[in-house]
Amino acid sequence: MTITTKLPIVEDRSIRDSAKRVFLPVREVQEAWRYRDLILFLVRRDVTARYKRSLLGIAWTMLNPLGMMIVLSIVFSQVFRINTEGYPAYVLSGLIAWAFFAQTSSNAINVLVWGGNLLQQIYIPRSTFAISAIGTGLVNLVLSLVPLFAVMLVIGISLHPTILLAPLAMILLGMFSLGVGLMISTIGIYFADIVEMYAILLTAWMYLTPIIYPLDILPANVQAWLRFNPMLHLVELFRSLVFYGKLPTLENWLISIGFALATLLIGWLVFTGKSDEFAYRT
Amino acid sequence: MDKAVVVLEDVTVSYRLQREQYHTFKEFAIRSLQGRVRYENLLALDSVSLKVYKGDVFGLIGANGAGKTTLLRLVAWVMQPTSGRVIVCGRVAPLLAMGAGFHPELTGRENIFLNGALLGFNRRQIEKLFDQIVDFAELRDFIDAPLRTYSSGMMARLGFAVATAEMPDILIVDEVLSVGDIAFQEKSAERIRQFREQGATILMVSHSMESVQKMCNRAVWLDHGRIAKNGKAQEVVQSFKDYMGIQN
Repeated sequence: MTITTKLPIVEDRSIRDSAKRVFLPVREVQEAWRYRDLILFLVRRDVTARYKRSLLGIAWTMLNPLGMMIVLSIVFSQVFRINTEGYPAYVLSGLIAWAFFAQTSSNAINVLVWGGNLLQQIYIPRSTFAISAIGTGLVNLVLSLVPLFAVMLVIGISLHPTILLAPLAMILLGMFSLGVGLMISTIGIYFADIVEMYAILLTAWMYLTPIIYPLDILPANVQAWLRFNPMLHLVELFRSLVFYGKLPTLENWLISIGFALATLLIGWLVFTGKSDEFAYRT
Repeated sequence: MDKAVVVLEDVTVSYRLQREQYHTFKEFAIRSLQGRVRYENLLALDSVSLKVYKGDVFGLIGANGAGKTTLLRLVAWVMQPTSGRVIVCGRVAPLLAMGAGFHPELTGRENIFLNGALLGFNRRQIEKLFDQIVDFAELRDFIDAPLRTYSSGMMARLGFAVATAEMPDILIVDEVLSVGDIAFQEKSAERIRQFREQGATILMVSHSMESVQKMCNRAVWLDHGRIAKNGKAQEVVQSFKDYMGIQN
């Protein structure tokens, strides 16, 4: 049996030396960029795997927040007698932004666990898995805008041109989620039950963010405290653009950008500083 | 051919093990409060120095837990030594455990791209190698079917074809080559032989002394993280056999 194919000449003749100290956070950025096609394939894998098998796949992405919206709308209008204008769309816009954050930041560790076996055998920049989780989340987030627009049309809220700026808000949400996801993953090196603990934290965190209630129903001093919650600003930014249809204040932009950048930076530094330890934890 | 492609200088890898294994924060918190967290160090590799030269077929032998897998991880660059120095020249490609990195819902085609990217190729490179991979795996007719419809032999063939689509400088073979049916086994052995002729270095771990003797020119015998013997494959295997014979 013969192989007729000519094998191409190997391009990469890099010499790797463990004694050569590199600055890991920068190195990891370069490596993640080099593996950008992998990130794309991982996103495509997760999206197709989710939607391929069942036609209902896409529907589920949309139905879950819709169901929440219906329940919450009934509870808030009938039980608590809150009359926020367009409450169903208000709550839905908050829910999809929250779902994006909650799912992607906890998924970052799940994909790392999935890749664990591979990461023991081949060199892959470890951040690629977390980044791909954000990519998949962004695809789902865009898809879940469809039911939001449908609801807005039904209850008579018109779409505004500010929606065109929504991708900026989504990117900031993505950066923040990646930062948090990387921190959670780093803790996950040491404790496997971080996922469960994080789920509990997320529930509390959601109630401390004006997702299902309007911020102004809270007393002023509580409102002031909640301003320390980054998600409050990021959700507000997203909501201004897609629901209220007004340009967010400069303050809102700057605080959101600040939180997103700082969280991503800290998450990246923490993660890359510890990522060599992954191999030591089997 | 005396260029060293893998150099280990006084390499130590020590895993910090908790004496009682805690994998959850809950347990850790309880034990910490009780002041009962203790660690002990497990030396997977203890001051190991060795060189692998270009073109070698280098065998790693030893009992389970002797440090063979850890050594491969250092070469594959998935792990950094606790102390000492590791130098690796060139592209390293491991033959992955069967099915690793594949997704059952994706088609064979999509899996080739995913798996290729995991091995560090970009889209353009995989497109170039694509036809050659499909032909080698003999899966032309099934390439657009989801992987879950493949037999284990087909999956193994695909994995081997992707991993060896381009000749690496260093090929890592963990455990014996037992991929697919006899015909494919011969075909894959032939490809590895070609790599060797073209100057690739092969690092293999095997529990089969016969195949180490047959395929390797050099070998190292690891015992509890230390090098027990390093030299010609025949001699190292012989000493290992003698040692095991005495023990039994």
